[in-house]
Amino acid sequence: MSKLFSKESKAAFTNPLNLDNPIAVQVLGICSALAVTSQLKPAIVMGLSVTVITAFSNVIISLIRKTIPNRIRIIVQLVVVAALVTIVSNILKAYVYDVSVQLSVYVGLIITNCILMGRLEAFAMMNGPWESFLDGIGNGLGYAIILVVVGFVRELFGFGSILGFQVIPQAAYDAGYMNNGMMTMPAMALVLLGCVIWAHRAYNKEEKK
Amino acid sequence: MNTNSNVYTIVYASVMVVIVAFLLAFVSSALKPTQDANVAIDKKQQILFSMNIRDIEKSQVQDKYKEVVKKDVVYAESSTEPSKSGDKQDEDGFTVPTKELSSTCRPLYVCEVDGKTVYVVPVKGAGLWGGIWGYVSLEADLETVRGAYFNHESETAGLGAEIKDNKKWQAQFDGKKIFNGDNKSAIARSVVKKGKSVDGVGDNNKIDAVTGATLTSNGVNEMLHECLGNYIDIFDNLKK
Repeated sequence: MSKLFSKESKAAFTNPLNLDNPIAVQVLGICSALAVTSQLKPAIVMGLSVTVITAFSNVIISLIRKTIPNRIRIIVQLVVVAALVTIVSNILKAYVYDVSVQLSVYVGLIITNCILMGRLEAFAMMNGPWESFLDGIGNGLGYAIILVVVGFVRELFGFGSILGFQVIPQAAYDAGYMNNGMMTMPAMALVLLGCVIWAHRAYNKEEKK
Repeated sequence: MNTNSNVYTIVYASVMVVIVAFLLAFVSSALKPTQDANVAIDKKQQILFSMNIRDIEKSQVQDKYKEVVKKDVVYAESSTEPSKSGDKQDEDGFTVPTKELSSTCRPLYVCEVDGKTVYVVPVKGAGLWGGIWGYVSLEADLETVRGAYFNHESETAGLGAEIKDNKKWQAQFDGKKIFNGDNKSAIARSVVKKGKSVDGVGDNNKIDAVTGATLTSNGVNEMLHECLGNYIDIFDNLKK
């Protein structure tokens, strides 16, 4: 057990959550972060799907890392990710049809997410399956946190609701409050993402040095 | 072993491709029946939604659909006689994929809700990013809209996607007329910006477009004109 949760393993899991966050620090996966965060629910589901797929593709690549021919390693990684995404999307369609409808285009987008290829290339190719699994979970969750924060702000100010429930009372609208239409545009997601990165860096200034 | 040799690389790639291909083929064919069943239930639910039978669990859809939908007739081009009678339910009009709806293949669902006849017309069109489709249910007079349900492939969440998600928006269709006054030759249904007036469109034909989704709303408008327009001769014949 002590080996399973050694310092290195723990770091593989916790680093991406904060100090080495894939979005805030490495600025990876911005494309999908802009696309799926106009409401909270797709942001959460996307975060979870990416977490699961990153974790398992990390494990698979880590298991076969010593056999992969160096020249076609990116192709091998891509095939593993694509196969995994296809399987996940098939399973979703068969057993949780409503969620798969909700995700439609986003599931396909996971294949192109730079975080996945980044982690496979930078971590899973050099580390054992267990560390790679933790690294995948950590990076996926690190990605999910940012998505949820941005999705929360955008849905709150863009639609006045959270997860589809109206939270800004009708009285506020009667008194002249208006939903901010800008929030529903991808451009605003970029601005918010910038603010998140700014806050994150300001907060972690000391530790960086 | 030298993992960098050409032979190894080629063999590795070939083996990997074969394994992955078999795996995906297996998963896909193993899950296909379950997926098809889900798709059929989803379609039935959408048809029920269009008749404003909305608070229904997925598990009850099958039974409710059987109870409500009497026939799924198919009409061929410029014929007001059904080319397929649809007596068996599920086997004629229901099996027509949304993609194949056209002036030559016109399914019509004949239903009965609370003792009254209701007709459901499937419609399809193009939104901003991808296809949109839906079902419009008409009362027995074939003029008054009972309800409508729309769905889409990939419209923007929160904007174009409102045509599916916003029940209040869909509810605007309830009770509206598809013809303007006595002019029965053209569909007058119109989805336009609030307050905007269009020639030949009366107040009881108008639906407010979705804010921030003008192109999707235009798509809905055109879809209704084109697809409902295909049925005018059938409507005339049914009214006799």
